[in-house]
Amino acid sequence: MTRIGFLRLFFVAGFILAVEALCRTGAISPRVLIAPSDMAVRLAWLLASGKANADIAETLGNVAIALVLSVSGGFAIGAAIHAFPRLRRAIDPFLASYYALPFFAFYPLFIVLFGLGRGAIIAIGFLFGVVAMIIATLNGFDRIPPVLVRTAAIYHMGPAAAALRIKLPSAIPYLFTGVKLAIAYSFIGVIAAEFIMASSGLGYSISYAFNNFDNGTMYALMLFVIVLVTVVNALFYSYERRLMRRWGR
Amino acid sequence: MSARETRRTDVHAEMRGVTRVYGGSGGSAGVQALAETNLRLRRGEFYSVIGPSGCGKSTLLDVLAGLSRPTTGEILFEGRPLDGRVPDGVGVVFQEDASFSWLTVADNIVFGLRRTGVDAAEIARRLDHALRLMGLVDFAKAYPAQLSGGMRQRVCIARTLVMQPRMILLDEPFGALDAQTRLIMGDELLKVWRETGATVLLITHALDEAAMLSDRIGIMSARPGRIIEEIETRWPRERDSRIAANAAFGDITARLWSVLRDESLKAIRQGAGP
Repeated sequence: MTRIGFLRLFFVAGFILAVEALCRTGAISPRVLIAPSDMAVRLAWLLASGKANADIAETLGNVAIALVLSVSGGFAIGAAIHAFPRLRRAIDPFLASYYALPFFAFYPLFIVLFGLGRGAIIAIGFLFGVVAMIIATLNGFDRIPPVLVRTAAIYHMGPAAAALRIKLPSAIPYLFTGVKLAIAYSFIGVIAAEFIMASSGLGYSISYAFNNFDNGTMYALMLFVIVLVTVVNALFYSYERRLMRRWGR
Repeated sequence: MSARETRRTDVHAEMRGVTRVYGGSGGSAGVQALAETNLRLRRGEFYSVIGPSGCGKSTLLDVLAGLSRPTTGEILFEGRPLDGRVPDGVGVVFQEDASFSWLTVADNIVFGLRRTGVDAAEIARRLDHALRLMGLVDFAKAYPAQLSGGMRQRVCIARTLVMQPRMILLDEPFGALDAQTRLIMGDELLKVWRETGATVLLITHALDEAAMLSDRIGIMSARPGRIIEEIETRWPRERDSRIAANAAFGDITARLWSVLRDESLKAIRQGAGP
């Protein structure tokens, strides 16, 4: 591990130990926050008992579908917009201000459109992630060396073949940024949607535990979400670093 | 006329009255990159185009390759007019690094070949040959990031060679390399030219490179560029960079410079020079 890595680990461990000490000494009331060790014990129990398995599987399934749709859809839409500069100029202001929308204010509309089920939740996760991927694709395509585009012309590659075989790998560093954002946004969109419009899933379970003063379950599930998102991001980051080192980027 | 003479005068590619103007829509005049240009490339010859900075050398290559449409005039390759795309049988090597950083050297080289429906055994045979010819055998599994600039340019040349082009167009392919590497790469280009029998058109700004490598050299005027003079070197087909020691080499470079000097001064006055 690098020195920066040790320093990072030191800060995280120090923060957890400080919270643990504050909780154990009573400085923080258990009604507000339970000790991290209690969260871990409760989470281990939840996982071992299988009580949360269905909710975890549902949320992960929703996130996975929303992520695949937002990454593949975002790339396809971004590549198509990039091919039409006038269309792009027209759309650019909407893309730039997209995340300023108070998205969850429109949740009744999603229920009307997709019903009270997974469809509406996945749609929110998708719509949350897709624009980050579109913007990343546009940024990546803008920075493809022109000589590679001319090389595609030498091999008589059509727009789709050039986009998949040359532009996509060439724009990978920017697309990875889009995927990382899409992962984060898909989790946020799905879990937040489950809070307000679901009867199962991790978001719903956290909300249910909160409403029933079950701090142990609530914090255990929150810890699970944090650990899960951190592990997914760390794995992706590690893969990205290995690939970029090999490609000399 | 002997068979050899017939071959030497057989026109392989031709530009007839070609001009190229960039922009010019909405009432503005645009920028004329190429003035009316006529050029005949003989089958199997090594032809270099030399000219001052910004004179339209790369534009000439682009329109001849089919990468860009001429504003007026006609381009023929093997007797057929270009149809708006790079004709089969034409390979292009650019000045910039066009290797694909995400593919190994071997995958880079066979990238285009895999799209043509050539069977796996033939792909392997051509890959092996190209790796040997370009001195890349030990680097087949390396990624471009692990190679020097000269090696990456060899990968791009090898990628062109495996397509077995009948005409190879090179746009200042050694421009980013140091002087010694350029000489060595020039020798290797001559070897490739002899071995493939392809017609070669090399765009260069280096007098010595043009004089050393070419059968004929076309000198372009300052922008808008056109071929204003052609010089025949009469070098033997078997030659390499050591030909620079030949007395005629000095004469050729002197003749090139005597024409090019005025055009370079014009280019500097136009603001395109150093």
